[in-house]
Amino acid sequence: MNLIYLVPLFPLLGFLINGLFRKSLSKSLIGIIGSGAILASFIVSIILFNDVRTNGSMIVSYFNLLDIEAFKIPFAFQIDQLSVIFLLIITGIGFLIHVYSTAYMNDETNEHFGRYFSYLNLFVFSMLLLVMGANYVIMFIGWEGVGLCSYLLIGFWFKNNTYNYAAKKAFVMNRIGDLGFLLAVFWILAKLGTVNYGEVFASTVKFSASDITGITLLLFVGACGKSAQIPLYTWLPDAMAGPTPVSALIHAATMVTAGIYMIARSNVLYTMAPFTQTVVAIIGLATALFAATIALKQNDIKKVLAYSTVSQLGYMFLGLGAGAYTGAVFHVMTHAFFKALLFLGAGSVIHAMHHEQDIRNMGGLKKHLPITHISFLLACLAISGVPPFSGFFSKDEILAAAYLKNPIFYYLGAIGALMTAFYMFRLYALTFLGKFRGTEEQHHHLHESPSAMTIPLIVLAILSVVGGFIGIPEIFAPDAHMLEKFLHPIFAQSDSIKELHHLDRSTEWMMMGGVSVLIIVVIIIAWRKYSRTEQFVASHGIARTLENKWYVDELYDNVIVRPVTGLGSVLKNVVEKAGIDGAVNGVGRFVHYSSRQLRLLQSGQVGNYILFMVLSIVVLFLVFWNQPQIAHFLEKIF
Amino acid sequence: MTDFFILMKQELIIMVIIFILLAIKIGRYRSNEWLLDMVNLLLLVNFAAGFFFNKEGMLFNDMFRTTSLIVLEKNILSLGILIISLQSYSWLKNHKHVLEFYILLLSTLLGMFFMISSGNLLMFYLGLELSTIPLAAAANFDLQKKKSSEAAMKLIISSAFSSGLLLFGISLIYGTTGTLTFTGITTHITHDPLQLFAFILLLAGFAFKISVVPFHLWTADVYEGSPVAVTSYLSVISKGAVLFVFVSVLYTVFKPISDSWYNMLFLLSVLTIIIGNLFAIRQTNIKRFLAFSSIAQVGFILVGITGTSQLGTTSVIYFVLIYLFSNLAAFGVVSLVSAATGKEDINDYKNFYQTNPVLSWVLAIGLFSLAGVPPTAGFFGKFFLLMSGAGQGNYFLITIAALNMVISFYYYLRIVKAIFMDANDHPIEKLAIPGFPKIALYMCVAGIVLTGLVSYLYDHIHSLTQVADTVPFIGK
Repeated sequence: MNLIYLVPLFPLLGFLINGLFRKSLSKSLIGIIGSGAILASFIVSIILFNDVRTNGSMIVSYFNLLDIEAFKIPFAFQIDQLSVIFLLIITGIGFLIHVYSTAYMNDETNEHFGRYFSYLNLFVFSMLLLVMGANYVIMFIGWEGVGLCSYLLIGFWFKNNTYNYAAKKAFVMNRIGDLGFLLAVFWILAKLGTVNYGEVFASTVKFSASDITGITLLLFVGACGKSAQIPLYTWLPDAMAGPTPVSALIHAATMVTAGIYMIARSNVLYTMAPFTQTVVAIIGLATALFAATIALKQNDIKKVLAYSTVSQLGYMFLGLGAGAYTGAVFHVMTHAFFKALLFLGAGSVIHAMHHEQDIRNMGGLKKHLPITHISFLLACLAISGVPPFSGFFSKDEILAAAYLKNPIFYYLGAIGALMTAFYMFRLYALTFLGKFRGTEEQHHHLHESPSAMTIPLIVLAILSVVGGFIGIPEIFAPDAHMLEKFLHPIFAQSDSIKELHHLDRSTEWMMMGGVSVLIIVVIIIAWRKYSRTEQFVASHGIARTLENKWYVDELYDNVIVRPVTGLGSVLKNVVEKAGIDGAVNGVGRFVHYSSRQLRLLQSGQVGNYILFMVLSIVVLFLVFWNQPQIAHFLEKIF
Repeated sequence: MTDFFILMKQELIIMVIIFILLAIKIGRYRSNEWLLDMVNLLLLVNFAAGFFFNKEGMLFNDMFRTTSLIVLEKNILSLGILIISLQSYSWLKNHKHVLEFYILLLSTLLGMFFMISSGNLLMFYLGLELSTIPLAAAANFDLQKKKSSEAAMKLIISSAFSSGLLLFGISLIYGTTGTLTFTGITTHITHDPLQLFAFILLLAGFAFKISVVPFHLWTADVYEGSPVAVTSYLSVISKGAVLFVFVSVLYTVFKPISDSWYNMLFLLSVLTIIIGNLFAIRQTNIKRFLAFSSIAQVGFILVGITGTSQLGTTSVIYFVLIYLFSNLAAFGVVSLVSAATGKEDINDYKNFYQTNPVLSWVLAIGLFSLAGVPPTAGFFGKFFLLMSGAGQGNYFLITIAALNMVISFYYYLRIVKAIFMDANDHPIEKLAIPGFPKIALYMCVAGIVLTGLVSYLYDHIHSLTQVADTVPFIGK
């Protein structure tokens, strides 16, 4: 009970020690302090988890951030079923990634190494604040903190200009989202005079329908920024410029799921705002499909994973929009396992290939990186949703809920799931199967990564395989969905508001079976196609053997792959470049243009300044001479 | 008679300090270092003395009055001048006219104290003039720099003009109400067009002093040309003092016509925030940048003033205190760099972190707080201002303010990024930080961290404003 404060305290201490003494500590000591701090938090989190399971949720208030007559904002932590699950994900996976980083970042200088670990600890600290806070203000503090750390870590290799650009883009995109969040918090505070979750959800009757819709939409804008949804998603693929373990921790397992946490936390408000739920579902579904088509075409190993993350986050939002809060949290968890594993596996590959990231130059790594290969394969099976791997259960739960919301959502979602299977196995096959396509020198140096890197891979691989069993659906075994039972107190209020529908068993069997079969077919197609693709890439060398296979491949290409991948590249090049980037840059250009015009006023001539002042007074007077009319006018507008 | 000494304690101390300095000037003094130690000690005594033997009351037929709130405001200003004095140590150490500089600065402080304590428009005007004219001389203190003279000239001309506006307004008020005392004006003020015009003239005078758009044009030129010490003084102390008076005059003297000024402030705050931000984005000189960003900050303060009187007063005073720490942290680093290297361009700060990690963090924390990133004090300051504004239900204004807060994140953090992330082959060399400036910087950082977290402070100000609100301002 009294241990709660220890959870964020350890990473904070790690940050301070590594940050302050990074010059004098040795690398191994920095690594031990950095990882040890997270391990300690993880152990405390397990204790808390057991506590919550037996005694239920608890709120501990330490002091008041603000304590004024009108309202209080306590600095309080809320440890309940929802936050404790996130605690376990953050500290557990965080610990594995810290351990992995000790080996991955070993080439850095002592000072950089220390700085890296201090930032990483600071990130974990902020993320813990985000999920542990008992009110929206603490969540916002953590929200800003993780944004800042993400910015620092993306730009970690700051010598490179594109990396800086990426960091900046992430930053600006996130600010747009933060604005939504901030306005929503103000709105809640203005209406209720409190921002504590418990009090807010208990007094929802004080909100009008438009209040709830407004607040939930604004919160969703915040979630879009953090969790990379249309139209604020473009920063996430660019964020891949940072070190790979950072991508695994921040841009796959934890920070990007903050938006899902926020909505799951506010589930009562969302359940009361059906319009917002529909918006969330549509945006989520659109993002899931859009990002999946783009992922089909990418050749950079990290870019494929980045778009895949965007797409999977879209599924989680689809789940939230369809009211499947448990399903969304479940998918956050399984996704954290397999996506962290995929990124760490990719890091292992990149490490072995001496910072090569282009999958066209890989291939055949199976024999050289056996552990990485097996774990990567398991992760691909999990993300594709092959039963009984973890992704199958969570994705199925979301799709079933989508069907209840609207069958069209289900069919589109299922198509997205097929694309997921396709691009993941394209990635897998091009990387690990076939013949090696890199340079002689790279081939010579190929090696399995050190155990500090492979052990996290093995642990995550086990989790990716069995992680789904905590959420076994009704139809396999009644009452076996442990996660749903565990999370029930969090979503009970929502469940009492909405009408519960259930799929009938035969529909659910059909859907589950049909999709699973199709996924396996797609995997086989991708596997067959891309494990032989080396001949394609090296076409000037062995063109003759190529031709024999072209007949099959060409047909297949023209009918299935090319239209789909073509659509992917159109979406990427036209819609994303012209539409979304254009709009973002356009706003920037407009601001710069108007400030250039205003500069003309600032001429440096005192006489002009005074003239301007006099004119302003005259205008003020004229305006306020007609005070009542103006007031009337203003009231009409606002 | 003892009342006189106790009520005017803070003014008397300043006067004594000025006389001590004059006496030193007549005699001979050993060195600038000795003198600076001496002055800083006196300023510390002045600040500390503000906390003892306080009493509320009035003197000279309500020309002069003091309350706990006014004492607190004066203490904030005393703290500010102490920090600025400590920060300017390196610059003043080699300056020929240290004594004169301090005499000028302290005269302006005296003027501000009288202004804050005034209960009569005439007294207010005298205080305001005393707090402005010596500053123009101080702005010229980089004697060899042409820009410094230009800044002084611009300041004096435009100040004179704004004083003219104020006087015109005051005479119209006198003409229409027949009185100059604040209490008298409150009872007689109406929506009569002539009185409204007088009010607009007064408002313009205030707006000029705190650089509200469209009365802000002098700001950037003067801030850029003046020595950094004067710039920080102008942007923090002068502005703070005028804001204190502005708030109390609006909420008490012009309370009967609050429906009129509410809309004016609404319009001015929107203009100020937006235009201040648009200008700040394009600046390349860091002093000019801070000048424009401080304009936008004033816009946020105006948002707070549109709230109800108690919440408005509290949030403004609280914000000024936070703004003092944050802005002085930023200016303190800029003044050290500028004194040692003469570099003032934002690009010069690239990779500053590599050579000067401590200064980098101080500057970054200051900028974070100015931007309003939680959990620095700046976040809480802005939070209360917006809450105060939101109390009136004008969500359009709050949205504009929040939107601009987000835009300002971008340009404040652009500098943070330059410091920590941009590559630069020739970063500013490692600077030695003398003792006094170091203390001042630590004070600022401690202030930024603590003011936000210790909510007792806000409650304390809140309780003081409550008294000011319920008891009619001029007692007896």
